[in-house]
Amino acid sequence: MSVNTPNAERQIWIYTQMLRIRTFEERVKRTFTDHPGVIRGHTHLADGAEASIVGSLSGFKKGDAALATYRCHGYPLVLGSDPKAAMAEIYGRVDGLCKGLGGSMHLTDVAHGFLGTSGIVGAGIPHAAGAAWAAQIRGKEEVVLCFFGDGASKQGAFAETLNIASLWKLPCVFVMENNGYNVVTTSAQEDANAAAGEPLSIKAKAFAMPGVTVDGTDPLAVHAVVSEAVARARAGHGPTLVESKVYRLSAHGNIIAPPGVPLHYPEHEAITVFGNSAEYEAALRGDPVPRFRGILVQNGILTPEHAAKITSEVDAEMQAAVDFALKSPFPTLESALQYNYA
Amino acid sequence: MAQTFIEILRRALDEEMARDAAVYLLGEDVAEGGAFGVTKGLAAKHGATRVKNTPISEAAITGMATGAALCGLKPILEIMFIDFATLALDCLVNQAAKYRYMSGGQLAVPMVVRTQSGAAGGAAAQHSQSLESWFIHVPGLVVVAPSSPMEAYGLLKSAIRLGDPVLFIEHKRLYAMKEDFVDSAELPTIGKARVAREGSDVTIIAYSAMVRTALEAAETLAGRGISAEVIDLRTLLPLDMATISASVSKTHRAIVAHEAVMSGGVGAEIAARIADELFDELDAPVKRVGCPFVPIPFAPELEKALLPNALSIVQAAQELVR
Ligand SMILES: Cc1ncc(C[n+]2csc(CCOP(=O)(O)OP(=O)(O)O)c2C)c(N)n1
Ligand SMILES: [Mg+2]
Repeated sequence: MSVNTPNAERQIWIYTQMLRIRTFEERVKRTFTDHPGVIRGHTHLADGAEASIVGSLSGFKKGDAALATYRCHGYPLVLGSDPKAAMAEIYGRVDGLCKGLGGSMHLTDVAHGFLGTSGIVGAGIPHAAGAAWAAQIRGKEEVVLCFFGDGASKQGAFAETLNIASLWKLPCVFVMENNGYNVVTTSAQEDANAAAGEPLSIKAKAFAMPGVTVDGTDPLAVHAVVSEAVARARAGHGPTLVESKVYRLSAHGNIIAPPGVPLHYPEHEAITVFGNSAEYEAALRGDPVPRFRGILVQNGILTPEHAAKITSEVDAEMQAAVDFALKSPFPTLESALQYNYA
Repeated sequence: MAQTFIEILRRALDEEMARDAAVYLLGEDVAEGGAFGVTKGLAAKHGATRVKNTPISEAAITGMATGAALCGLKPILEIMFIDFATLALDCLVNQAAKYRYMSGGQLAVPMVVRTQSGAAGGAAAQHSQSLESWFIHVPGLVVVAPSSPMEAYGLLKSAIRLGDPVLFIEHKRLYAMKEDFVDSAELPTIGKARVAREGSDVTIIAYSAMVRTALEAAETLAGRGISAEVIDLRTLLPLDMATISASVSKTHRAIVAHEAVMSGGVGAEIAARIADELFDELDAPVKRVGCPFVPIPFAPELEKALLPNALSIVQAAQELVR
């Protein structure tokens, strides 16, 4: 194992964070059946990407920043946001991270370095570069992590931004979570590199920056790759494009329906659109959360008893988040007219 | 000594950069002065780090200015022509305008996007537009359109210090306009209009280069026995209805004059607000003066013929004050 391998305690921390994201999002998903009507609008889950998220953020330091997309529940939880406030935001309540004005797609927690999200595919990429420009000017070796999907790499903003980031040697790490799908379209159907059988990290070559593809279901592999990219960025050598290959284990998002129609999570598009249950079941067998737990137990880092204790603690934490969010009041009408201007 | 709009604007930028270390300039060719030379010399004075040339990537540079603003900088971005703001629209409309709101007040975007608009000298259909009304439709944005060099000086400084994303629209026809530089400790308040000329028979509401045209019209009207009050809006969003209301309550007649086409324009908004809030004060319908609903033609003679001028405003006023 390389020097980049986290110690045993840190590996348990990584596992715990992965489980926290998974459990939190299971509670989001369950809300549709347990408490119909409580979640309105659009939610997008990151199940299957937990290893990538935690592995990427495991080297995050105070002063660093992260920006992401609408699929954004995981990052703030790892960075220290209170799951109660995150759940309350998803339920549109006054105690939410954004006081109910942002919602599931726009979790923001500035105090913990989570600078926000955009629901416009690809739009957050230049913002991360701008944040990295500010970090470069501060000169404190702080970095910005920019998370986006494989589909986003077809936006003009992606190409424009990677060019400038490389040219200006910005301290930014671009983490593309390649889950193989843009809603119901597969990467091979919409990406020339994917169609040619090339890794998407090859796009980095056009911008004279390193491009690395990593197994995003292995948190230690992601940690190794991203921490190297982060070190490079901190040292002033510029950005890296990391393609982190994951599989999203839920459908793109809950169904979008007019008011009155109960919302729910449909089956994964591999099944509903492509009739490919085999692909989906293989992905389920490779579920990174139980797999990493198995590895830690096998390596003697985690005992089954310890694992069970973590599970029950995380379950309790996320149950408390649901209970809290359900009880939190709706925002007042006056609050809807605030926060528009300074 | 009289100085041009460009020189006085440069002075405002220079002073704000000296005053506040968080102010940074970026845009295409800005280190060399930008398309109209506004930022000339600032890189030499304040350093290449603070005056950054960017690639021709409007989506990315607007996004980067926004991202940097989230992190404590006060970027001033130059978009060469407002016509190119189409490529920056996503960031301006969907992110810069909304970050404060969507985050429940956690974030702020203290950014100024300087751009220039309007028709002058045959720049043709893609380099001559007046697109300001698109932006007044977006909660979270601020839109400023100065009418003279000294107005631009004060308004730009106020915009930089505001703390919200400001679209600062300069008019290319004003760039050569000269005024004496007058030192004044007081800066204009964003969102406050100004009465540029007092009058009692009709209110002419204008902004940007059209203020000069309106003042010219008011002079002609005075010779014909009509006393026109001219309001310089300064800020299109937020709109200063209090100043408009005070004036229209006095004159009972209003004209909104702008270079943009009338459909869906700033004038339409103001006419609607006057009809809504001041109906009883009106002695005549609100009139609008603007460009015919076509793109700006290349042939300079045609361009000139299409642009509203003092005569168009005079005629509108005479129709109202019969
Ligand atoms: C500019 C824009 N176009 C289209 C959409 C609709 N949309 C939302 S998510 C999505 C797929 C994005 O795919 P990818 O970037 O791979 O991210 P993933 O959802 O797979 O995480 C699309 C098309 C959007 N939100 N923004
Ligand atoms: Mg995807």
